[in-house]
Amino acid sequence: MPDPTAQTLFGIPGVAILWALTAIVFVLFGQRAYRILRAVGRGRAEARWDRLSSRLWSVVVNVGGQRRMFDNPGVGLAHLVIFWTFLFYAVSFAWSLLRGLLPFLPIPYPDDVLLFTIPMVLLSVATLAALAGAAFRRYVLVPPRLAQSRDAGLILLLITLLVVTFLVGQAAKEGLGGLSAAAAESLYTAMWWIHMVAVLGFVAYLPYSKHLHLLASPFNVFTASLATGGMPPPSEGAARLEEFTWRELFNGLSCAECGRCDRACPAFATGELLSPQDLIHDVKLMVLGRASGRDGNGSLVDVVGAEAVWACTTCMACMERCPVFNEHVPLIVQMRRHLIGEGAVGAGVQDMLMGMTRYGNSFGQSPRNRPKWTRDLGFEVKDARKEPVEYLWYVGDYASFDPRVQEVTRAAARVFHDAALDFGILYEAEQNAGNDVRRLGEEGLFEMLRDKNRAAMESAQFKTIVTTDPHTYHVLRHEYGLDGQVKHYTEVLEGLVSAGRVSTSPNGHGRVTYHDPCYLGRYGGVYDAPRHVLEGLGLDLVEMPRNRSAAYCCGAGGGRIWMEDAAAGGERPAESRVQEAAGLQGVGTMVVACPKDLVMFRDALKTTGLEGTLEVRDIAELVEDAMGATRDAVGATRDAVGATQRSDT
Amino acid sequence: MAGNVWIVAEHWRGTASDATRELLAVGRGLADSLGVRLEAVLLGHGMRGLAASLGPADAVLYVDHPTLADATGLVASRAVAALASERAPAVILLPTTNVSWDLLGLLPARLGVPLVNFCREVEVVDGALRVGSLLYGGKMAVTVDAGPGPVVLAILPGTGTAPAPGAPEPHVEDVAVDLADDSGVRLVAYEEPEAGDVDITQQDALVAVGRGISSEANLEVAEDLADALGGAVCGSRPVIDQGWLPLVRQVGKSGLTVKPRLYIAAGVSGAPEHVEGMKDSELIIAVNTDAGAPIFSIAHYGIVDDATDVLEALAEAVRKRKG
Amino acid sequence: MKILVLMKMVPDIVEELEVAGDGSSLDPEYLRFIVNERDDYALEQSLLLKDRLGATVTVVALEAPEIDDVLHTALAKGADRAIRVSGVDVMAGTRAKAAALAATLPGVPGVLPADLVLSGCQAIDDLDGFVGPLLSSAIGLPYLGLVSRIKVDPAAGTAVVAKEYAGGVMGRFEVTLPAFLGVQGCEKPPRYVPIAKVRAAIAAGGIEAVPAASGPAVTPLAVGAMAKPVAAGHAEMLEGSVRDVAERLADVLAARGLI
Repeated sequence: MPDPTAQTLFGIPGVAILWALTAIVFVLFGQRAYRILRAVGRGRAEARWDRLSSRLWSVVVNVGGQRRMFDNPGVGLAHLVIFWTFLFYAVSFAWSLLRGLLPFLPIPYPDDVLLFTIPMVLLSVATLAALAGAAFRRYVLVPPRLAQSRDAGLILLLITLLVVTFLVGQAAKEGLGGLSAAAAESLYTAMWWIHMVAVLGFVAYLPYSKHLHLLASPFNVFTASLATGGMPPPSEGAARLEEFTWRELFNGLSCAECGRCDRACPAFATGELLSPQDLIHDVKLMVLGRASGRDGNGSLVDVVGAEAVWACTTCMACMERCPVFNEHVPLIVQMRRHLIGEGAVGAGVQDMLMGMTRYGNSFGQSPRNRPKWTRDLGFEVKDARKEPVEYLWYVGDYASFDPRVQEVTRAAARVFHDAALDFGILYEAEQNAGNDVRRLGEEGLFEMLRDKNRAAMESAQFKTIVTTDPHTYHVLRHEYGLDGQVKHYTEVLEGLVSAGRVSTSPNGHGRVTYHDPCYLGRYGGVYDAPRHVLEGLGLDLVEMPRNRSAAYCCGAGGGRIWMEDAAAGGERPAESRVQEAAGLQGVGTMVVACPKDLVMFRDALKTTGLEGTLEVRDIAELVEDAMGATRDAVGATRDAVGATQRSDT
Repeated sequence: MAGNVWIVAEHWRGTASDATRELLAVGRGLADSLGVRLEAVLLGHGMRGLAASLGPADAVLYVDHPTLADATGLVASRAVAALASERAPAVILLPTTNVSWDLLGLLPARLGVPLVNFCREVEVVDGALRVGSLLYGGKMAVTVDAGPGPVVLAILPGTGTAPAPGAPEPHVEDVAVDLADDSGVRLVAYEEPEAGDVDITQQDALVAVGRGISSEANLEVAEDLADALGGAVCGSRPVIDQGWLPLVRQVGKSGLTVKPRLYIAAGVSGAPEHVEGMKDSELIIAVNTDAGAPIFSIAHYGIVDDATDVLEALAEAVRKRKG
Repeated sequence: MKILVLMKMVPDIVEELEVAGDGSSLDPEYLRFIVNERDDYALEQSLLLKDRLGATVTVVALEAPEIDDVLHTALAKGADRAIRVSGVDVMAGTRAKAAALAATLPGVPGVLPADLVLSGCQAIDDLDGFVGPLLSSAIGLPYLGLVSRIKVDPAAGTAVVAKEYAGGVMGRFEVTLPAFLGVQGCEKPPRYVPIAKVRAAIAAGGIEAVPAASGPAVTPLAVGAMAKPVAAGHAEMLEGSVRDVAERLADVLAARGLI
């Protein structure tokens, strides 16, 4: 085929036109890109350059492999195809442009390289099918919260156009369709030009549209946080653009507006109190506004609204699902820090924080009440302040103070005791570990609690910390720097069960389902230990549709448990979850491993009228029942043997 | 002890207070033990009828002046102090009500004599006064030896029983005192609370909510029970301070005094300021998660459990009974 | 406009109070002190007036356990000066404390005269008097207590305040300044200040330490014995599940013709 740039149009050589168009486009693109990057650069520093090999691998898997898109396999496959086609097309475009602008270069056009065009053609055909599927999903199935923007429709049309022009051009080149040589040449040239102009136009348009995500998201994935916990770096909070970090601002550019975060968010499901997608979108508008010089000078908190900022449960379902690795939770925490700094907290949270500051617990009770749950145990729990122990048990506030949870804590203590575990507690010296305080944005109070806890731990001798509270588990492990020394009690129970120190006598619970706590599952990565315990007890475990990393939050996290119920409509998360459990065939027990889950779900049973249909039990209670059943069984056997012996005499 | 026992009769907006009856009872007992007279100081305007009704007292020192219809603590304390300087009573009894609060603080300051606050019993031992007071929100009881006087005693409500009616009329003495007021403190007007549709003092059944119901959302449960019982919801001070209920629903010292047939106290700790507003209820049922809450010492039935849970279950049980 | 706020610490009744071995005082072992709740409202009221009128707020307190936290918190909230007067025992009676303040305050530069003096109008340890009436009488200021709303007109030198009576009825008073107001409540609950700001205030120092001046001696009340109150009666406690308890109560109500 002749060189398409050798053509003239209205007497102007094609090369010149190409140069002109390219120059205009690149100036437009460059200027806009520069302004956007400068706006992002106004944000605070944040180091995301550690562990380069892990980061690169993440890009390979999550960008190259589009892993998170496969939460729905059909969607994943279609997007993977379109993505790789786009990559090939991008290479093809750059190559063609280079050759087109510099005709003296001794390289062929990509269209003339069979090794390249064959995969291009195959991908293009596959893409047509993928595009049809994508359009069907977007316009016929209409998934909720999928932003139906002009941009979204445009990109589908554009890719179709590019694919069609490429395929038609290739067909012309191959002499298909029974065209004369001259007609085929004209067709090929026309297709080439339409294709190039379309891409050039797209490049100019890209930094004004959601398609920014094409360029931004790989970098977003590369710089994603490798730490667990969604905490921003130390700060006094953020409301204005300059107060956020560059990476927090960059989230806005990477968003592809897919809506996965909204669909997963419990706060969104509860009367749309918070939309993670809108939050990211507001960040984007702030950055782009600053880039345009129009705007972006105000407070993001005012735009998002304090109610939405407080609505987040920090469950991390959004971040778990986001295919471009956007980080919603740090934005929320930054804004909460700002609100706390202004003293703009609701009465419930304020009362809790003041009681926490003074008494070291969220119940506003005297620290002397903390160990009172140990009465009526029938044995002394070791005081880790006075004698060395193997396991230091950080009990946690709800497990210690709430009468409903104290029963479970006692069950756990009896299990530990019966299994001859060497454990002790810090009695009055234990303070709230500070996880939720931190998520509420009260860094100063968190530091104070952490210092007091560290001092208490210094004075004790222990090998491992065990906790029955996932919030405590997470913060001790990842934010006190004790990783490696902290276990959740299900991990300890798992060891006991596999060592045969807990019997597998059936205990009447039969079919059960298990709820993964947010701070144990998504935050802690602990999914299997509790399941092994349940299986070790001989229970038949049935999974809920939303299980493991897709588990649905009970709604208590992020300090929500101390806030007024603002449910404006929609279903409270705990109610939705117990309905989900009750919907499983033959399942009468929902098993939890977190004190707040216990409280939230038992309350939800009442408000949904499911009391009597479903029960909520903690793993410790089931283990204790199993141990008791063994004792009873052993006792009954002994009695029977004794009776037989007596009757023989 | 030489001096007499005095009470300062309390009235407000033209009506004599119940507290005055209690003071007269306590004062009468004290005066009899000491062998001295009981005299009532009455500062008011056009209240001769009231003066005549202060029967258990032997005499009434009546100061009549227009400005005394709504005397400030400053004016009242100056007047009573002037009288007391002249006549040297041994003991002056005052109620711990809001109306007399300023007078209670200013009078001993002006006279330079001690005050013993939060009194709930007074007895005479060897000619000296021994007072029992409740301190620290009712958590500690102390005995104070107040000596022969002079002393001002702040009497908690419920300390004296109402005296038997039919006491002879006291001798009413008109006295004059200097009432010049240069304090710069002036009552402009009374502000009524926003009228609600419900007068809790007229209800047979009240469901009272306190801090222990945790959140405004749980009010619904209390309202449901009140509805089932054909009564109304009221609250203790913290609940009104939070804005969960309007002022007209407040029971206690700064609120209303109620005497319903049934009073269910849910999540109410039983602080003295609340108790004084409901202690005469016929049947008191208290629900609180704190087994040591003071409310349990005045309630007839007590449950240590979550208030919301119990109220909900009770509403159901009541409705079932009613059919 | 100058505002003076007086704050004090009282025993914290969240902790269980015990009687000491001598049978007439509190056992110090688990005794903790907390700021008098009404004083917190007085501080909040003063800060609201500062926000609105640009007044300066000086906080004065007698030395007591944990008083520094209270003063630093007040500074973090926006108070301009914090003064700690030492030499008076925290368990001394209110008359003695008021007398110490009356003797000391005139000698601290810049404190008196103030346009408005605020303090909580009651506290749980006020056995022998109230700070407001005692101190105001001593320094010659008019006093009005149970105040829960204050609006000041600095130009006219007056304040319009709401005083609590009973049944939710309030009295609107006009008060010529300078005056001493005893605070019962405030239009807003005490503001929240983040711990980071309190720590910054602690780091900045800022509490002025002043020894109490000696004044006329105050005879304390002769407290004979202290004991936990013996309740005249006690409720009949109902045990069991919520359902059972509800049934029993329904029985009681039915028996009395209430349902």
